[in-house]
Amino acid sequence: MSHVRLVNVTKRFGSVTAVDSLNMEIEKGECFSMLGPSGCGKTTTLRMVAGFEDLTDGEIHVGGRLISSPKKNYYLPPEKRDFGMVFQAFAVWPHLSVYENVAFPLRIRNLPAAEIEKRMKDALASTNLTGAANDSPADLSGGGKQRVALARALAINPDVMLLDEPLSSLDPHLREEMRFEIKDLQRKYGFSIIYVTHDQSEAMALSDRILVMKLGVVQQIDTPLEVYNNPANRFVFSFIGLSNFLELVRVGGRVVLAENRLTEDGLRRGTGIDLPPELVPGEAVRGAEAFSLASRPSEIDFLGAGESGLRGVVTRRAFLGEIVDYRVDVGGQEMRVQKGRRAPGPEAGEACVLRLNRPFWFAESAE
Amino acid sequence: MNDKLMNDIEVMNGITRRRGFGTAQIILFLSIAILVVVVAVPVLLIFFNAFWVNGEFNVRDVARIIREPDTWRALVNSLIIATGTTIGSTLVGTFFAWLVTRTDLPYKRFMKAMFLVPFMLPSFIGALAWKMLLSPRAGFINRFFMTQLGFDGPVFNIYSYAGIILVEVMYLFPFVFIQVCGALERMDPTLEESARISGAGLFTITRKITIPLVMPSILSGALLIMLYSMAHFGTVAVLGIENGIFNIPTLIYQRIHQSAGSFASIRTGTVLATVLVISAALILWLQGKILSKGHYQIIAGKSFRPMELKLRALRFPLLLLCVAYIAFTIVLPTVVIFLVGGLKTYGLPFTWENLSLDNYKFVLFDYKVTKDAIWNSVTLGFSAAVITMFAGVMISYVIVKMKVRGKGILEFLGMLPFSVPGSVIALGVILAWSGRYGVNLYNTVWIILVAYIARYMAFSLRANGAALEQVHDSLMEAARVCGATMWQTLKDIVLPLVRPGMLAAFFLIFLPSLRELTVSIMLYAPTTRTIGVAIYTLNEDGETVRSAALAGIALILIVVGQTLINRFTEKGRG
Repeated sequence: MSHVRLVNVTKRFGSVTAVDSLNMEIEKGECFSMLGPSGCGKTTTLRMVAGFEDLTDGEIHVGGRLISSPKKNYYLPPEKRDFGMVFQAFAVWPHLSVYENVAFPLRIRNLPAAEIEKRMKDALASTNLTGAANDSPADLSGGGKQRVALARALAINPDVMLLDEPLSSLDPHLREEMRFEIKDLQRKYGFSIIYVTHDQSEAMALSDRILVMKLGVVQQIDTPLEVYNNPANRFVFSFIGLSNFLELVRVGGRVVLAENRLTEDGLRRGTGIDLPPELVPGEAVRGAEAFSLASRPSEIDFLGAGESGLRGVVTRRAFLGEIVDYRVDVGGQEMRVQKGRRAPGPEAGEACVLRLNRPFWFAESAE
Repeated sequence: MNDKLMNDIEVMNGITRRRGFGTAQIILFLSIAILVVVVAVPVLLIFFNAFWVNGEFNVRDVARIIREPDTWRALVNSLIIATGTTIGSTLVGTFFAWLVTRTDLPYKRFMKAMFLVPFMLPSFIGALAWKMLLSPRAGFINRFFMTQLGFDGPVFNIYSYAGIILVEVMYLFPFVFIQVCGALERMDPTLEESARISGAGLFTITRKITIPLVMPSILSGALLIMLYSMAHFGTVAVLGIENGIFNIPTLIYQRIHQSAGSFASIRTGTVLATVLVISAALILWLQGKILSKGHYQIIAGKSFRPMELKLRALRFPLLLLCVAYIAFTIVLPTVVIFLVGGLKTYGLPFTWENLSLDNYKFVLFDYKVTKDAIWNSVTLGFSAAVITMFAGVMISYVIVKMKVRGKGILEFLGMLPFSVPGSVIALGVILAWSGRYGVNLYNTVWIILVAYIARYMAFSLRANGAALEQVHDSLMEAARVCGATMWQTLKDIVLPLVRPGMLAAFFLIFLPSLRELTVSIMLYAPTTRTIGVAIYTLNEDGETVRSAALAGIALILIVVGQTLINRFTEKGRG
C-alpha cells in the first residue's frame, strides 16, 4: 500500500479551482515530483499535504492514517504531521544559531538532551554543517542556508519530506550540487520526497516519478523516461524539453500544413503543401480536423536535397558552443533544429530537407 | 593648432569649475547655514549657558542644580513617567498589532484604522477630557460612582503617576502598534510555517519565532515612545500640576514662566534641557544600534498569506475588548470634550436645557483670544510647513544625492533636529532671539515661526530624504548626459519626482502644528497665542467650557484635515 495517498483532492479559492480532484499515491522511499508552470496548483497541493491549506474536498492519507478530510471534518494540524519541509526562501530563523535552528524540532518534542546531541551530530554531519554549528545563519551563503533548512527537516528523521522549490533561490552550479546531496540524503535516510518544481530538468534528475500539472488538473503521472518518451498530450510534450509544433489541417482527405496565422473566425486554413507520407498521422488523431505534429529539435536530421521529407529554408544559424541551433522556415511555420557542432549542416538561406525521427501527433492545435 | 587651443580651453574650464564656487557649493553653504542658524545655534547656546558661568567652565554648578530637590524630582519623574508609559504602550501596542495581523479577529481592517486614530488626537486635549472624567472630586465618572453607587471616595484619581501614564499610553501606543504591524505584515510567512511543520504549536511559535523576529521593531517603537514621553509637556502639565508632579519640560516651563526669564531660572532650564538632549541622543543612538544590528532579513519574497490564529471561543471576547478599548480611549474623551464645550457653565448636568452651540459660536466669531489663536495657528503652521518643506528638500538633496566636500558637517547637522525635543528648542530660541545677539523676536509670532521650523525640520528631512532615495542616480545622470545643467536637472527631473515627498512633508508639519503646545506655550505673548496655548490657558483660568469648545473645534479641524490628506494621497497613488 502506498505511503502518501491523495484521493479526489480539490481546492477552490472563491470561484477559482486551484486543484481539481487530484489523485496521487506516493510509495515509501519514493521521490515524487510535481511539475508545472507557476499557478498550476502544485504548491497548493504540497501545502495541503503539509496542512497549511484546508481541502475543499477529498482526502489525504499518510501511512494508512487519515490526516485531512473536510467531509469527515477531520484535520490534523501541520505540527502534528511529523513531516520535514524545506521552503524556497530557506526560512532559516535569523535570530537563532545554525545549531539552534536544527535543534528546534527536537527541542519542541522534548527529547532527552543526550538524544538531541546524538541526532544533531548526525544531521549536521550529513549536511556538512558540523563546522558551522555556532554560526549565525546571516553569515552563511544561500547554499549554506539551504543546508540548514535541510538539516532542520532531517533532524526528526521524518518519513516524508516536502520540498517546495528548494533549489530555485540558488545559483545554477550550486543547484546541481544540492540536487545530488538531496538524493544522497534520501538514500541514507530512506524518506519519501514530494518535490515541487517548475524546472523540468530538476524533476527528471531527481525523481522516480513525475506528476505534470496544468491549471489544477493532472496531465500525466509517470517515470521521467515515460513522460519524455510517451507524453500524454501536447502540454506535457511542450513542458518537458525543447519542442517544435507544426500545425496541420485535413483538407478533403489530404493532410496539409496549415497557414501560420488564424483566420478571423479563429480557424486555420491549409497551405496546400502536402505532408511527406511517413509523417501522415495514423490512429492517434483520427477524426480531428486540425492537429499538430510535434518533434524535438535534437531528433531531426538534415537529408540530401533529393530525399523525401519536410522541405524548408534555413533562416538563421547560431553557434551555441557544443551545439548549433538552426531556425528553419517550413511552409511559413518555424521549426528549430539542434545538431552537434561537428555534424554537417546547411548555411542560413539554404534550402533543406528535414527528417523527424520521433514524431508525435496531438489532436490539439496551438492556443 | 586650433584643436590644441580648444583642448586647452576645455582643460582650463574643467579646472576653474573644480576650484570655483559653483552651484553645488552654494547649495551646500545655504543648507549648512539654515541648519546652523535654526537648530545648531539654539542648542549650542543651551549648552553654553548651562556650563559657562561668569566666563568660565563650570561643572560643579551644574551638578548642584541637578541635585536641587525640585530639579532632581523632575528628572526622576520624567524617568518614572517615561518608563511606565513605554512599558504600557509597548504591551498594548504589540498585543493589538498581533491581534489585527495574525488572528481571525472580526473587522480587523476597521480595528487597525481605529487604533491609529490616537496618532491624530492631541494628547493634552485627551488629558483635559480625562481630567473632566476622573478628577477626584469633580470628575464625571468619580461623581457618578460616589453619588449614584454610594462609593465613599473617588474610584480613580487621574492626578497621579498612574493617571498620567495611562493617558500617555492611550495616545502613544500607536508608535509601537504601527511598527509591529508593519514588521508582522512584511514578515516571510514561511519562517512561521517552518516552525509549525517542525512540530511547534502556535503559542510556541509566537513566543520563540514571531516575537523574537519582530523584537527590533518592538524595541525601536518603544524607544521612540521613551524619547517622546521624556520630553512630553501636555499631559503632565494638565494632570500633574495639581499634585505637584513636574517632569523636565513642565519644570522648565514653570521656571521660565514664573520668573519671566531671570538668570537663575534660565540656568536651571538650560541644565534640564541639556539632560533632555543627552538622553534623547542616547535613546536615538540605542535605537540606531538595535535597528542596524538586529535588523533581520525577514521580508517575504513570493508567498502565501500568513497563517491566522483561530481565536475560536476567544474571538468574541477579544472583539469586545477591542471595541471597549476604542470606546473608552477614543470615543468617550471626544464626546466629553464636545459635551462640555456645549455647556452653559461647567458643573451643570448634561441636559438639553444646558446644552447649546453658543460657546462654539462665541469661540469662533466673537472671542478675540480664540479667534486670534485659530488665525495664528493656521498661518504659523502654513508658513512653517512651506518654509520647512523647501529647506528640507534642499538639505536632503545635498545629503542623499550630492558628492561635495564638506557634506559630513551637513550630515551631522541633519541628525540634530531628530534629537532635540520641543521644549529644548523653545528654550534655545529664547536664548538666541531675545535681543542678546542683536535680533529681538521675543513676544512676536516670528519667534514661534523660527521654533516651528527648527522643531519640524526632522519631519521634512525624513520625508524628503526617503523620496530622494527612490530617485535613482542614473535618472539624473541621464539628464546631464542629454545636456541639462544641474539646475535644469533639478527643476525638470528631481523636483517632479520628489513632489510626493514634499507634499508629505508639508502635511506632516501643517497638521501637527495646528495642535502644537510644547513650543508655543514657552514663547507666546498675549496676542500670539496658538490654538494649543489658548486651550491650555483658558482651562487654567477656569474657562473650562470655552476651552473645551475650542478643543472641539481643533479636533474637527485636525480630523477633517487628516481625512482630506488621506483622500488626496490615496488618489495620488492610484
